[in-house]
Amino acid sequence: MSSATASLYLRGIAAAPGLARGPLFRLDEVRLDEVRLDEVRREAALPPGARLPPAGASDRERLELAIDAACAELTALMQRPGDANAKALLAFQVAMLRDPVLTGPAFAAIADGVALECAWLQALALQIRDYDSADDAYFRARAADLRDMRDRVLRASSGTALLPIPPGSIVTGTDLPPSRFLEMTWDGGGIALTEGSTSSHVAMLARAWGVPMLVGLDQAILQGHGEALLDADNGLLITEPDARTAAEFTLRQRRTRKAGSAAANELAPPFTTADGERVQVLINVADQTELEHLDPACCDGIGLVRTELLLRGRQDLLDEAKQNDAYCRILRWAAGRSVTVRLLDAGGDKPIGGYTVDAEANPFLGLRGVRLSLVHREVLATQLRALARAAAVQPLQIMVPMVTLPEEMQQVRQMLDAAIHSLHKDGLECVRPPLGMMVEVPAAALTCDLFEADFFSIGSNDLIQYLTACSRDSRPLGSLRDPLQPAVLRVIRGIVDSARARAIPVSLCGDMAGDPHCISALLAAGLRSLSVTPAALPAVKAAIARYRHAAGDAGRPP
Amino acid sequence: MSQDDLLPRVTGSTVMTHERGFHARPSIMLTQLASRFSSRVWIGLAEHGPWTDAKSIARVMALKAPHQTTVFFAAEGPDSAAAVRALVDLVQSDFTNAKDPDP
Repeated sequence: MSSATASLYLRGIAAAPGLARGPLFRLDEVRLDEVRLDEVRREAALPPGARLPPAGASDRERLELAIDAACAELTALMQRPGDANAKALLAFQVAMLRDPVLTGPAFAAIADGVALECAWLQALALQIRDYDSADDAYFRARAADLRDMRDRVLRASSGTALLPIPPGSIVTGTDLPPSRFLEMTWDGGGIALTEGSTSSHVAMLARAWGVPMLVGLDQAILQGHGEALLDADNGLLITEPDARTAAEFTLRQRRTRKAGSAAANELAPPFTTADGERVQVLINVADQTELEHLDPACCDGIGLVRTELLLRGRQDLLDEAKQNDAYCRILRWAAGRSVTVRLLDAGGDKPIGGYTVDAEANPFLGLRGVRLSLVHREVLATQLRALARAAAVQPLQIMVPMVTLPEEMQQVRQMLDAAIHSLHKDGLECVRPPLGMMVEVPAAALTCDLFEADFFSIGSNDLIQYLTACSRDSRPLGSLRDPLQPAVLRVIRGIVDSARARAIPVSLCGDMAGDPHCISALLAAGLRSLSVTPAALPAVKAAIARYRHAAGDAGRPP
Repeated sequence: MSQDDLLPRVTGSTVMTHERGFHARPSIMLTQLASRFSSRVWIGLAEHGPWTDAKSIARVMALKAPHQTTVFFAAEGPDSAAAVRALVDLVQSDFTNAKDPDP
């Protein structure tokens, strides 16, 4: 088993970055995993409050006790240190298990003579199927929570328990139930799943807890419990590595850890390359509440303020004072650092009732972003007025999303002129902010020299989706969507060159900027301004620090 | 059901602005609040129903209500007016009485 030929290289999709080395722990080995506890040990293992079913208990009583035991276990897990997400997830499972609507059908079936296990599985199957078929990814992901609680109750009813996963393991299997993740002690170790999704609860927890995780792993029959290397930064799981691969991996791990702790010690700007060149690193923000726990000194400013969530509801869209207030609060937080606000980018996957168009056959190719703004001119005018007023307090810049043709930028520019004019007439203080273009539609990306814009900001998520004809959330398309493929890098380079030729600033604000794996390619393409999700700052800082001009140039797109 | 006719039936509605709609945390808060009242309490996504038991998290989650929906409440019983008022307030406050983020 330890010969080099037994080594497997499996590809997956990174759900949480990082490196981990440890023995495989296979969740699919249910039989080995599950232990029948004798009565004495069971008593000891039972959480406080849980009772053993009396001898000769009916199925109804056994189910009641199993549900109680499951709730007690989940409540005990809630007492462990963890983030609010973890607590909410557990509270949700407890609330569902306590709801007679969920459990009632099982009790009814038992009353009709159906055996406990069968009754419970059938009752939950209906609910799980309902969530599995939901349109919304959030509700679809709840099916995993229901399976998780279903299995916990079954274990409690049959007097079995799962063996604890040894800390430091690389956990593999089809999917990992969220409560099982929370039961583990995460000290090293990682997760590699054949199914799962990057938007699952477990993926969210893994990112928050810094546990490297891959999903959509190439199907393979993993055997044994040998050593494995999990390289979530490169979407790779290596089983039974040879000595040299393992040694190199450990070296990388050590280096990353050092870079990570160095980054944590000195998170703040300046962000500089190995050559000493300065890179501007901004953050993406969707909600003022995100800023509450964030020190503005951690970044060079805000490269993207998403206003879809800031303006909650139709009434906000026409409420100039409320909007002005929201923008001012963000500006105050930034304390003079650069702030770029994106005009309402509704439509696509961000519907707003009464504003976006319902039932478009293909919303991502429909009325969204500026296309929609130019239909609802009163909404656009309100937002432009609110922004120009906020700009009088502190400088900001406005970014226009989903621009396809130069005429659209022209029309927004005229609307901004009109907004300034009307504010002057109303005697309100205002400043005309720079007006830039978000470059994400290939038609605009390939002709950006034809657009009148004060700056460019590359929206890599949509740009990649439209360039590669790959929807953003389709898992099987993973590799076709590779952000480092020549087409994407060429187009990005073209936009950067065009901005340079006109001496206007250019930045990139998609997921690519926060992916340490993409940083060297972006810097090699000439970008010196990136906007990332705040959580990515340490990794981005470390990746920038590793970049050397010559090394990056070798990876230039053809 | 003649006794029910004597009990006040109160309805109210509001637009839900919660960022993601009736997800786990808002659903827990809503059903817990509804359960504090002795009246029967319902939630609906249209003015005349269909109505869903607002005390059941399984039923409320099953609505899969996205954000920006108008939600309607109805209650029948001795504290029906207070129940509807409290639920409308909760939704209007954007579920802010707890600070935990949504899972």
